Amino acid sequence: MIKGKFIDNLPKVYGIYTGGFIGFIILMAIAEQMGMSAKAIGISFVVFTIAIYAIIGWLSRTLQMDAYYVAGRQVPTVFNGMATAADWMSGASFVAMAGGIYFKGYGYMALLVGWTGGYILVSTLLAPYLRKFGCYTVPDFVGTRYGGNAARLSAVLVLTVASFTYVTAQINATGTIASVALDIPFKIAVYVGLASILLCSMLGGMRAVTWTQVAQYIVLIIAYLLPVFWISSKMGAGFFPHLMLGDEVARIAELESQFGFVKNSAADLATVPKGLAGITKAHSSVNGTSWGFISLAICMMAGTASLPHVMMRYFTTPSVKSARRSVAWSLLFIFILYSTAPMLATLSKLSLIDPTLSTGIIGKSIAEVQAIDWYQNWNQANLMFVSDFNGNGTLELNEFFMGGKAVVLATPEIAGLPYVISGLVAAGGMAAAMSTADGLVLAIANALSHDLYYKIIDPKAEAAKRLIVARVLLVIIGFAGATIAAMGIQGILGSVIWAFDFAMSGLFFPLVLGVWWKRANGPGAVAGMLLGLASGTWYLIWVRTGGAGFLGITQLTFGIVGASVSLVSMVVVSLLTKAPDAATQDMIDELRIPSGKTILGKQH
Amino acid sequence: MSNKTKHWEKTRGLLFVTLAIWFVFSIGIFFFGTEMEASSFRPFGYPLSYYMTCQGSLLAFVILNFWFAGRQEKIDEEFGFTEREDS
Repeated sequence: MIKGKFIDNLPKVYGIYTGGFIGFIILMAIAEQMGMSAKAIGISFVVFTIAIYAIIGWLSRTLQMDAYYVAGRQVPTVFNGMATAADWMSGASFVAMAGGIYFKGYGYMALLVGWTGGYILVSTLLAPYLRKFGCYTVPDFVGTRYGGNAARLSAVLVLTVASFTYVTAQINATGTIASVALDIPFKIAVYVGLASILLCSMLGGMRAVTWTQVAQYIVLIIAYLLPVFWISSKMGAGFFPHLMLGDEVARIAELESQFGFVKNSAADLATVPKGLAGITKAHSSVNGTSWGFISLAICMMAGTASLPHVMMRYFTTPSVKSARRSVAWSLLFIFILYSTAPMLATLSKLSLIDPTLSTGIIGKSIAEVQAIDWYQNWNQANLMFVSDFNGNGTLELNEFFMGGKAVVLATPEIAGLPYVISGLVAAGGMAAAMSTADGLVLAIANALSHDLYYKIIDPKAEAAKRLIVARVLLVIIGFAGATIAAMGIQGILGSVIWAFDFAMSGLFFPLVLGVWWKRANGPGAVAGMLLGLASGTWYLIWVRTGGAGFLGITQLTFGIVGASVSLVSMVVVSLLTKAPDAATQDMIDELRIPSGKTILGKQH
Repeated sequence: MSNKTKHWEKTRGLLFVTLAIWFVFSIGIFFFGTEMEASSFRPFGYPLSYYMTCQGSLLAFVILNFWFAGRQEKIDEEFGFTEREDS
């Protein structure tokens, strides 16, 4: 059995866990052969994994302040990398991203570049310095560096707006998966998802979230990679898809030029269920302007460096050095999934549109397609739709519609893999969405409890009371998020992109200049945060309500407007007002070297 | 010049080098999407533009991040700012 401290035994513990999970998959596969129903398999996967996270959450319960806020600052480098990867890869990455690439091709792959390139900014500009600072939350850094409640409060505001936009999308994703896997209505499934999220985070705060996130990373990476490698081999495309799909990509381009992209009339499109889309853009060739691609990548990179739930993960490492190394490990773990997403999109698209493959449906008669089992299932789930617009009886490329989520969720079934794989994918998607939602809900609740309640409203509050407030806020925020998610205002990928733009608008420059520009002061930072957030929000509303926009900046890249305004106003206001005092200058000097004590004490 | 100032100067130098490489792979090359697509250099049979956005740039970031961490550790060591193991 396991002796000694939990931290010393991590590789062993998670090794056993991974083995156990693989054992469970095999067990399910055997059960399927023996006649277990698809529905029962789906339920088993989701319930089994959530039960494990809940047990980890229970075992990690704590009453200690630094364990609750920063996991006691003893999470080893590589494990923190895994936890960050799970924290980072959300329902959007897992369920929606391959779908986005499937529909929009090259143009959407800017997300891949942005969501990985941002980590260079995290490790060079911010993470090690914020770790040295020793803060509990991101507004904690802003409040201490710039001094005063106005700066702290503005940071809490930006953090809440960005993270809340993000978290509704994640709860939406858990709801979607829970409703498909457990076969319950979406509006109830959202609350089932919420309950599982709270199970992981409520008792143990950051400590519990850390150890469940590591467990969730293992589930989600197995669930994402296994089907892709399997489908690739099964189609004869190669056993290692990342290096072997050159011919398949070329074949898609060939089919695209053969079919052509026929534009549907507005009247025809009106009959397609909401949220479904057809293939209208080239898969691999450059299909948009350079600026469109680059501006989206810039927003995602700057947003990455400003999102508090990611930054917060690097507060949990034992040292500055390990925080820096941990960023590199995080990126490696993220790369493993992100480099697989375009391969999945390629395999999924080819297996559907290539008439020479047995799975291909384009060119078949409409009646034949409508009789396929999987088509009926996913049509019922409102994720697939065909219609004979031109009345010729055969299915054309422009007559086939699919929901973005279906690319990940339905492809294993379309490719003829056993149902156990679909169950596994559902568990993986659930893990991805839950782990991100956990991190986000915790980031908001911690900022409100530590920065708003303790630092501003009641600085004399005792530890026990602070921890109770933190937990109550966690539940309230979770419920608020679930309620908004149940309304289903914006799709998963859309809200996630907005969250990056909000974070970038308000926090990117105030954080970066806080470390790299000594002259930056409180009034400047407040102006930067508030004007950045306000101008970004204004631009978003303007474009959404029919405004023309400028410089090709769309509702997905409004962060460029916000961040520019933020930078200019921060620099101008800083230079017009007094330079930071000597104590602050010394603090920044101290912040820039790894050795020595953290700026803020262990308990603060 | 104090030890701290020298340390910071070197740190800043490393930052600029790292960000320059980052700029090339995240922004620079994507100004030339169509040129890359037309290129006869096709890694693993993919069009170069497609390869860079789904794998090439991503891999460059991973390597760059590990390289940066190593270099920064060397700089910290050189000026005696490495943390004690027990802290």
